[in-house]
Amino acid sequence: MGAQVTSIKLSISGLTKRYGSFVALHPTDLEVAEGEFLTLLGPSGSGKTTLLSMIAGLSVPDGGRLLINDRDVTYGAPYERDIGMVFQNYALFPHMTIAENIAFPLKMRKVDRATATSRAQEALELVHLPHVAGRFPKELSGGQQQRIALARCLVYKPSIVLMDEPLGALDKKLREQMQLEIKRIHRESGTTIVYVTHDQEEAMTMSDRICLMNGGRIEQLGSPGDLYFRPRTPFVADFLGESNLLQGAVTQAESGQAEVVLAGTGTAIRASTYQPLSAGAAVRVMVRPQNIVVGSASDQQSFTGRVLDTMITGGLTKLYLSAAQISNEPIVLSFPTSVNSQDLSVGSTVAFGWASSDAVAVPEQS
Amino acid sequence: MSAAPAYRPVWLKPAMMVAPLILTFLVLLIYPVGQLLLLSVFSEGSFTLGKYKQLFSSSVYIDTMLITLKISLITALLSIIGGYPVAYLVSSLHKDRKSRWIFWVLLSFWTSFLVRAFAWIVMLGRNGVINQLLLALGLQDTPSNMLYSFGAVLVGMVHALMPLAVLTMLSVMENIDRNLPRAALTLGARPGTAFWRVYFPLSMPGVAAGAIMVFVTAVGFFIVPQLLGGRKETMITQLIIEQVLQVMNWGFAGSISVLLLVVVLVVFVVYDKVLGLSTMTGEQSEKTIRSQGPARHIADGLLGFLGSVSDRLFALMPRARRREQQQGDSVPLRLAVVVILFFLSIPALLMIPISFAGKSELGWPPQGFSLQYYQEMLASPLWLSATIRSFVVGLFAALASMVIGTPVAFLLVRGRVRGKALLLGFVLSPLIIPRIIIAVGMFYFFSSVGLVGTSLGLILGHTVIATPYVVMTMMAVLRNYDVRLDQAAQSLGARPWQTLRHVTFPIIAAGLTSSFLFAFATSFDELTIALFSAGGLSSTLPKQFWDEVTLQVSPVIAAVSTCLFVFIGILITCADWLRRRTSV
Repeated sequence: MGAQVTSIKLSISGLTKRYGSFVALHPTDLEVAEGEFLTLLGPSGSGKTTLLSMIAGLSVPDGGRLLINDRDVTYGAPYERDIGMVFQNYALFPHMTIAENIAFPLKMRKVDRATATSRAQEALELVHLPHVAGRFPKELSGGQQQRIALARCLVYKPSIVLMDEPLGALDKKLREQMQLEIKRIHRESGTTIVYVTHDQEEAMTMSDRICLMNGGRIEQLGSPGDLYFRPRTPFVADFLGESNLLQGAVTQAESGQAEVVLAGTGTAIRASTYQPLSAGAAVRVMVRPQNIVVGSASDQQSFTGRVLDTMITGGLTKLYLSAAQISNEPIVLSFPTSVNSQDLSVGSTVAFGWASSDAVAVPEQS
Repeated sequence: MSAAPAYRPVWLKPAMMVAPLILTFLVLLIYPVGQLLLLSVFSEGSFTLGKYKQLFSSSVYIDTMLITLKISLITALLSIIGGYPVAYLVSSLHKDRKSRWIFWVLLSFWTSFLVRAFAWIVMLGRNGVINQLLLALGLQDTPSNMLYSFGAVLVGMVHALMPLAVLTMLSVMENIDRNLPRAALTLGARPGTAFWRVYFPLSMPGVAAGAIMVFVTAVGFFIVPQLLGGRKETMITQLIIEQVLQVMNWGFAGSISVLLLVVVLVVFVVYDKVLGLSTMTGEQSEKTIRSQGPARHIADGLLGFLGSVSDRLFALMPRARRREQQQGDSVPLRLAVVVILFFLSIPALLMIPISFAGKSELGWPPQGFSLQYYQEMLASPLWLSATIRSFVVGLFAALASMVIGTPVAFLLVRGRVRGKALLLGFVLSPLIIPRIIIAVGMFYFFSSVGLVGTSLGLILGHTVIATPYVVMTMMAVLRNYDVRLDQAAQSLGARPWQTLRHVTFPIIAAGLTSSFLFAFATSFDELTIALFSAGGLSSTLPKQFWDEVTLQVSPVIAAVSTCLFVFIGILITCADWLRRRTSV
């Protein structure tokens, strides 16, 4: 990120929501810059949808402040907020044509009919569906309805577009296509988008920043790379991408390097760290499967293990190893599938290792 | 293993499943009604329009028809206006809270029309609750005559039919995506506009279906105008009854029936032309969506106007209120719904204290406490035999309608046959044809085969009436049933009948029971057919009730009403509990 000054579109401080004694969202702070694509990611029940619906004004917070364009709208009605929302099931009005659906927000804003029609047509062109204006929602495919829902939001250029698991109902192939489509539209329109999903791959693909939520709190907020390479908690390491998490305790730590003794085995390994750690701290050492290499090399920490299972998942082959030296649980590693990799039969012993920069020590949650 | 599977004609199975129902309806519904209609144009074997000349020569019949239409129209209108908020609120609630509210609608829906009309006689009487209330409030000095008036009939009619309007609208509103008005809010619409431009147009099929159901039922109504109306509020059905029971002029009764039937059919045809009959089942029809041109522009303008008016009204409310408003669940709405449900339930509930009163004047407040009317009721051989007969008839009619209705429900839900819509229409025809026409036709038919005054005749008649309810409830049960369970059973080696016995049946048993209870309740509460076919001496409970209440208004009837009300309450609770247990 450069040093250019961007204006803050959405600013949340101390926002909280309770249902009876259940806290759906603990006091939360968050800022979203103009033109940013921010994803609220998390398992179900993590509070991401609660947060989104409070931003939309569809549920009322129990505390905190919410500013859109520097205007306090904490308790404002949805129609006063200058937001657009794409619902999970699109929420297109079944009794209106596509053109009427898209023109609806303009009509609410008292835009005159001719302007509304031409702007609706422009929005349809933006989503590459200029020919469906006269049709009704149920005559369109899921992917098309999705784009119309987006066009209906973009047509009045709201400050923020909120999207609630918009691709949840689509099949894998269409979903990937729509991810690219939404990225393109985001780029072309320059809109600020707050996007909710539980699909970590989707979040990685699309976002400028990811706000990973868990148990009604923000677990970590940062770029996809931040979260992937520098997780702050074991939850983050586990949620984003596959990882081996080895239990251990820090014996020594300085300038981003730590020495960790693995629990139960006593093996000492070196790991990178992005947080201040003190000796004795309980940590998990995260090693990504694709960073574990079969064979041994000089700058690596090397171990041996017995092959429990191998499986070709497509482009990658996964290998499950039992390595009592470092963990009681199987270690998973992966490498590009090739004809030569087939001779790692079950039961054979292999040497493996990783570069210490690929091992990251993450403090256990207290 | 045999070399080739046994040959089984494909047509055999579906045909066998519908045959009993179709035969029953042909003999007990189509033939008698057809005969009655023919009777109106044939006299001593030759074609004549004499009956119709008589019909149109005097203004009495046309005037009565006009009054009937007027009362029915206002009833439909008021039922919709009152029922809409109830259906709106109930459809927005979560499961368990929903069933608590809807219980009161169901309770009054299934409480006998007779009990409810009688309750209004008591409420509106000179010493009734309403007069006492007005006196106590100082709004009047002497009790006024409220009974036997247009107003009394309207109150009774709306009270009788509003639950039907609520339930019909509810079935449509439950299918409206609640995210749609919310989406409208995020797009900049204020709550009033979101309601009128998005929610209301989507609920229109329910409104239309509710209105037509209420209207058609009201047109064929006689209990309320007979008990609460005066001479000026006579409705067309009362004339038919008079012709059959007093004048014994069947042919003329037939021609009045034709007039009634024609009116009902015209209403249905107009409805179909404007909205499409498919909306009756709660589906969005192409017609409602597709309508274009000036009508649409007018509607658009009107809805926009209503929206902005409502928004101005909301803007007057305090801010906290407004926030509730946009969640679609506000205090004023709840209050309105409570008032309406109170109106629906209170008359029957007030029967309870009155039935335990010590003095025999049916006034309010009830004086003293005694069980004398219950003793009187139990001591009366008339009430006792009527009760026994109602139970016997109800049980057998419910069984019979289950036997002929269930296979058809299976076929309609699971079968891949053509003409399903037609079949469904045929099955539901006893609900569409005014009950009085069916009753008179059956009476004529039964008298020619010696079934009048027999339990068998009543059972047959009630079977026809109860079958549509059985098919509808069973269809709902079967739609919720996962067919893959059957397939799983068969893949595990179960033969079709084993599958039915060990898998399908145990799972839908509760649904079957609840559908049986609904059928039983339908028969147990049936008056129109019993009025003619029950014969003089041994009547059913509703017939006995009717004979008593038209003769004199006695406190014993309050006791009977209380018993019926409690009994139906228990029945509904059981049936609803069973239904919900199957649907989760």
